[in-house]
Amino acid sequence: MTTVEKILARASGLPSVKVGDVVEPKVDLAMSHENAALVINQFNEIYQGTPLMPKIWDPSRVAVIFDHRVPAESAKTASNQKRVREFVGTQSVTKFHDIRGDVGGICHQILPESGYVRPGAVVVGTDSHTTSHGALGAFAFGIGATEMASVWALGVALNIEVPPTIKVVVKGRFKKFVGAKDLILHLIGRLTAQGANFKVLEFHGPTIAQLNTSSRLTLCNMAVEAGATAGIVPADAETERYLREEAGVTDTIEFVVPDADAAYEQVLEVNVAKLVPQIACPHTVDNVKPIGEVAGRKVHQIVIGSCTNGRLDDLAIAARILKGKKVAQGTRMLIFPASGKIFRQALAKGYVGAFMQAGAVVMNSGCGPCLGIHEGALGDGETALSTTNRNFKGRMGNPNSEVYLCSPAVAAASALTGVITNPQKEDN
Amino acid sequence: MAKVVYQVGDDISTDVIYPGRFMATVLPTETPLLAFADDAAFNAKLKTKQIPPGSILLGGQNFGCGSSREQAVSCLKGHELIIVARSFARIFLQNAINLGLRIVSCPAIEANEGDELEVLATAVLNKSSGKEFPIVPLPRSRQAIIDAGGLIPFTRKRLVEGALAAR
Repeated sequence: MTTVEKILARASGLPSVKVGDVVEPKVDLAMSHENAALVINQFNEIYQGTPLMPKIWDPSRVAVIFDHRVPAESAKTASNQKRVREFVGTQSVTKFHDIRGDVGGICHQILPESGYVRPGAVVVGTDSHTTSHGALGAFAFGIGATEMASVWALGVALNIEVPPTIKVVVKGRFKKFVGAKDLILHLIGRLTAQGANFKVLEFHGPTIAQLNTSSRLTLCNMAVEAGATAGIVPADAETERYLREEAGVTDTIEFVVPDADAAYEQVLEVNVAKLVPQIACPHTVDNVKPIGEVAGRKVHQIVIGSCTNGRLDDLAIAARILKGKKVAQGTRMLIFPASGKIFRQALAKGYVGAFMQAGAVVMNSGCGPCLGIHEGALGDGETALSTTNRNFKGRMGNPNSEVYLCSPAVAAASALTGVITNPQKEDN
Repeated sequence: MAKVVYQVGDDISTDVIYPGRFMATVLPTETPLLAFADDAAFNAKLKTKQIPPGSILLGGQNFGCGSSREQAVSCLKGHELIIVARSFARIFLQNAINLGLRIVSCPAIEANEGDELEVLATAVLNKSSGKEFPIVPLPRSRQAIIDAGGLIPFTRKRLVEGALAAR
């Protein structure tokens, strides 16, 4: 069996499963953000006309993280957050991360750094980038609010069809200033936006073995942009290192890894040795070009951060490029770390000071700028270059603007010039 | 029989169907006002009830890609549109089934805005061109949720049965 088949078999109490089987896996972790407000409505609706009281099946397995509009941008959001806050209190949800500088942040960073995600777990989230958590060897996928309400009530994901898996084998050493973001953009370009629809991307190979968990999170985060149900890196020594050293996990960690004779729908090989920085051009994530084809394009706003690229190593490379230099006039730069913890680490390492000295604005952790929901909207005719994960029309709050996606190194190098710039060329 | 009132291309994302900046609005009574908000002309037609219920929105491949936001489904359901597309993105498809939005997966569909279509049991008939295009049926596991009237009644039944069995 593949990794996901093994996870689904175990979670469904079956000796084995195969592609196309319909199973009801027990859910290990169910995550929501502000859209918990809608989940609560649907959850209460399920109990209408029954003699039962609305009760979450296991509050210790539910996580609620405020990140999409923090601090609240409107009375409406604040009122929704208030309702959710009251609900998690009533239901005794302990994995609740409010708007705070100590334990707050973006859900897809909070889950791993808090040690909530384990290899072999079934993780569902009311957010499409829940695929991120495959980085820790879990089967993690996005669902809608009504489906989450059903999970809250029953503790299982209903009617899940075992998905086929594409094995992605990655070889070669990255060149300087090329990394996981460039790899996943390249792969999405190859697969197309729907090439992995209803499928799992399982990552293997010497290059993946060398990637740290931060980079693996970037990789799995964007698996959904190829349509994938999930991305997964089978757990290994790095997974255990991350969970022990960075997430403070002290109890037993079990690895779930694929069988040697696992059946894959397709095996895709990628050699990264010659890969140059990749750019996803407007208005689809699969419109990917090598940087040479778009270098020189004027950029009005640079964004570094998000669940895709807002971790400490992302900020470190940006700080290295920006330190002692200035963001170009006519270009504004927004940086938002993925969590309060990362923000504090970046402060301690001097990155935040370097960013601000260079002219960047450092914002609190949250999703706002990525989806034009809260701060960082673009003006008519403006262009953004961003380390986030989507560039759909209107994504940054304005349908009359354009978003290009890139790595933190490209974003930082481009901030200095005000045009899309290859950091490999600027490095002397 | 129903008319194609709006035609879009491939990879239409949930950001286009229901822009992210309106995500604080969640109620299915309110989201329909914001359907395709960035296309002022079509949005205005929807809001002023110029689009009759049962009209067809014709999509290309990968319709509904992107975010898991359920507003992208409830905003279309509110207008009782039927979505005929060459293919659907996974989360959108599941959300549509869960909420009872009518979706038809028709990989080879050829039609234009203004054409009259008839959704038959196994095919879509384009009455304007006289051509028929086969439908890809939903998997059995999904059909069960539709037959129950959506995921909420489906889960409610399971919950009550479970509570009775536990007694």
